[in-house]
Amino acid sequence: MKSKKEIEYTQSAANVPDEWFSWKERDKEKLEQVSRPSLSYWQDAWRRLVKNKMAMLGLIFLVLLTIMAIIGPILSPYEVNRQSLPDQYQPPSMEHWFGTDNAGRDVFTRTWYGARISLFVGFIAALIDVTIGIIWGGISGYKGGRTDNIMMRIIEVLYGLPYLLVVILLLVVLGPSLGTIILALTITGWVGMARIVRGQVLQIKNYEFILASKSFGTKTFRIIRKNLLPNAMGPIIVQMTLTIPSAIFAEAFLSFIGLGIQAPFASWGVMANDSLGAILSGNWWTLFFPAFFISFTMFAFNVLGDGLQDALDPKLRK
Amino acid sequence: MERILEVTDLHVTFTTYGGTVQAVRGVNFHLDRGETLAIVGESGCGKSVTSNAIMRLIPDPPGKITKGNIIFKGQDLTAYSEKKMRAIRGVDISMIFQDPMTALNPTLTIGTQLMEGLKEHKKITGAQAKQKAVEMMDLVGIPNPEERLKQYPHQFSGGMRQRIVIAIALICDPDLLIADEPTTALDVTIQAQILELFSTIQERTGVSIILITHDLGVVAKIADRIIVMYAGKIIESGSKRDIFYRPEHPYTQGLLNSVPRLDAKEELKPIAGTPPDLFSPPKGCPFTARCPFAMEVCDKVYPVSERISDSHQVDCWLQDERAKRLMAAEVLQT
Amino acid sequence: MKHMLKYILKRLLIMVITLWVIITLTFILMINIPGSPFNSDQSSNETVQANLEAHYNLDQPYYIQYLLYIKSIVTFDFGPSIKQPNQTVNDLLSRGFPISFELGIITIVLAVISGILVGIIAALRHNGFLDYLTMGIAVLGISIPNFILATLLIQQLAVNLEIFPTATWRSPAHMVLPVLALATGPMAIIARLTRSTMLEVLTQDYIKMAKAKGLSPWKVIFKHALRNALMPVVTIMGTLFAGILTGTFVIEQIFAIPGMGRYFVESINQRDYPVIMGTTVFYSAFLIIMLFIVDVVYGILDPRIKMHQKGGK
Repeated sequence: MKSKKEIEYTQSAANVPDEWFSWKERDKEKLEQVSRPSLSYWQDAWRRLVKNKMAMLGLIFLVLLTIMAIIGPILSPYEVNRQSLPDQYQPPSMEHWFGTDNAGRDVFTRTWYGARISLFVGFIAALIDVTIGIIWGGISGYKGGRTDNIMMRIIEVLYGLPYLLVVILLLVVLGPSLGTIILALTITGWVGMARIVRGQVLQIKNYEFILASKSFGTKTFRIIRKNLLPNAMGPIIVQMTLTIPSAIFAEAFLSFIGLGIQAPFASWGVMANDSLGAILSGNWWTLFFPAFFISFTMFAFNVLGDGLQDALDPKLRK
Repeated sequence: MERILEVTDLHVTFTTYGGTVQAVRGVNFHLDRGETLAIVGESGCGKSVTSNAIMRLIPDPPGKITKGNIIFKGQDLTAYSEKKMRAIRGVDISMIFQDPMTALNPTLTIGTQLMEGLKEHKKITGAQAKQKAVEMMDLVGIPNPEERLKQYPHQFSGGMRQRIVIAIALICDPDLLIADEPTTALDVTIQAQILELFSTIQERTGVSIILITHDLGVVAKIADRIIVMYAGKIIESGSKRDIFYRPEHPYTQGLLNSVPRLDAKEELKPIAGTPPDLFSPPKGCPFTARCPFAMEVCDKVYPVSERISDSHQVDCWLQDERAKRLMAAEVLQT
Repeated sequence: MKHMLKYILKRLLIMVITLWVIITLTFILMINIPGSPFNSDQSSNETVQANLEAHYNLDQPYYIQYLLYIKSIVTFDFGPSIKQPNQTVNDLLSRGFPISFELGIITIVLAVISGILVGIIAALRHNGFLDYLTMGIAVLGISIPNFILATLLIQQLAVNLEIFPTATWRSPAHMVLPVLALATGPMAIIARLTRSTMLEVLTQDYIKMAKAKGLSPWKVIFKHALRNALMPVVTIMGTLFAGILTGTFVIEQIFAIPGMGRYFVESINQRDYPVIMGTTVFYSAFLIIMLFIVDVVYGILDPRIKMHQKGGK
């Protein structure tokens, strides 16, 4: 009842030379060696991020955009707000790469100024969200009990407030400017971040190494800063990459309903809003460039965020 | 005795972006009616893949049965269509999973989950299904079944949930029950109760059981025969007596040495090292790198299956006459 | 049942507090707006001033004003307009809200149904062509702001190809473009979320268990997987409602739809403070009540919540 395979083996057994029947040299160190090279969490995450083509596309776009936001206006001979009616609605050409708008302003120059505003609003809003979110969520999760309960109830109430409506209300009262827009965006924006940080802290809090530092009498803030934060960093970064595009969108949206950044600043939202009629009259470029950059920037942040999420999620580590 | 299952030369591979994993590499075994067979091994040795292959529940892609036959009651399951296979699952062959906490759908009542298999496969009225469900709940020892059928999984303890999972698996009176680590996630006292339940059920229904586990304590309680798997191959198989009292493969010996025993005074000896990478399995014996008796031959050629007795079989070069001479020489030297 | 009741009561309490916060916030902002009609006497129109005084009881001390303000909101009276003396916010609401509501409902139904379907298909074809295609479109969908999409749609489908009318809200044909512009974002969000939770749920033991019972793939997906996969989708419904609602502001503007949102944006541009405040309170109340309903639906769908309160994990 032996299978074919077994017969093959039986035949081969006789063929095995006698001298192979000798003890193998043992190499103790080799035995303990782990088969794959061990990478740190961040190296590993980076390796996986690089493999994600879409995420890398997003990252490269954002790096280029940042560079252009810094040097773009310098490359152009035109003033951002210089109006020149004879040059009104010039299509893209060698003089005006992205054409000119209804007031004869150079769209190329204005696009990079817009990039400055959008990126600035996005980054600063995200940074403030992260700071407040980490402090609030960190304390809430770490302290637990009554403190946590009260802090979480406050969050629940704030979470129920309609975000953009509160932003609109504040801007109506405070008057739109770069500072008030960022203030309005962050005043309830940090809530999501605080929830995430708290969730992370709750998860990590009871790990052995945290209990160990606690038993040595390390101060609360030190534990949060030294131990909890580095471990909660992954989800925080992911949340940040998703906060930035929503801030950029909010800024464009506000410009659209007349609460955006005011002259002399040029933001993408303002530019798009100003040129809505333009596409009907055939001057497509005045809308195309701001619209393209808003959309592609949001796209870049979204795919980068997705990529980071996959790269940083320890559940998928193998 | 009626042979209920015969697995021959089973090969299963998984294609991932990192390469092809040869998870199961030529497995042969059989099972008779009313028998309990234990498949033992470390995680990743292919024991769960083998059991999923019998159910044809290997996700394809990436998994695939590349070779071999699974003969269940005279029919080759590898040739079955998915539709035909569905009529087998839950009716003729049932399965129990490791973690009772996740094996039940949190959003459906116990009653719904118990009866849906029955309703799917048998022409049966609602009242009959319910009566059968109550019977099953009784059988697995859940008090107050009528009431509890209306409840949700989270209202039961872990041990109770595993009893429910068992009831679900048995409700269509299957011939074969595959239990994948059925007690691993449970407390020790609950483990004993669940194992007890398996014996009771087998006595009453005559179901054959394949028990997948890494826990030799569980095996000792209820298995009739044992298969030891390593790196996708069966390296030793035999009756419970064979494996526990006369283990021949150094890996089996290692496994037994790493189990805490009340009667032994020697200290526990874990097996050093890790199993080989199954992306490119070694052509010789996969245990060579960790084997305390490794010989030059072990790396080069996979050992011949040696039949020690009618029930006991082992794949190891130490069974070769020349190895025995080498051993004897060693003993003389010291 | 007792747990369920407790859960609903708790949600109700939070809803009331949130409403109170937004009402109080508008009140505080209102009395502090520089140059607003409440603390200046430069109002050009006497009828307007009289209306305001009558509605906000400006002759009373602040705390009485505050209490009466709350009372007027509770009785569904959102105050007068200063730019259009004969108009009240209630007038605008009764004219604009039905249209906005129609736009919103069609959008939500479309977004939810198609989003879930696309999500399921992508999950079932995980790493397949359809998965990449739909998810690629979905990322674009969440990246392109609705006002840009709206202008793009008008330009391509209304101006160039002349398939649909460019603006207004008269026939089903008029509804296609605005609904499409408004629904794409939420649809993409729902599709992505459904896909990812579906993928997670499909690896669960209870799905293997359902398959091991010999259930048809149809039953495994719709009876066992989908119900669990949709839980997170339900939780984001509140946020989606808010997004669609604010979306109507710009979409109604672009398509010249005479809805609430358009009046609201007009009032912002004209700095018609009472209308802004009144509409904001109305919108907020609407959304907060929606959020509450979503929470209750979630509680009904997920039996576990009766035991472990939400957020407590």
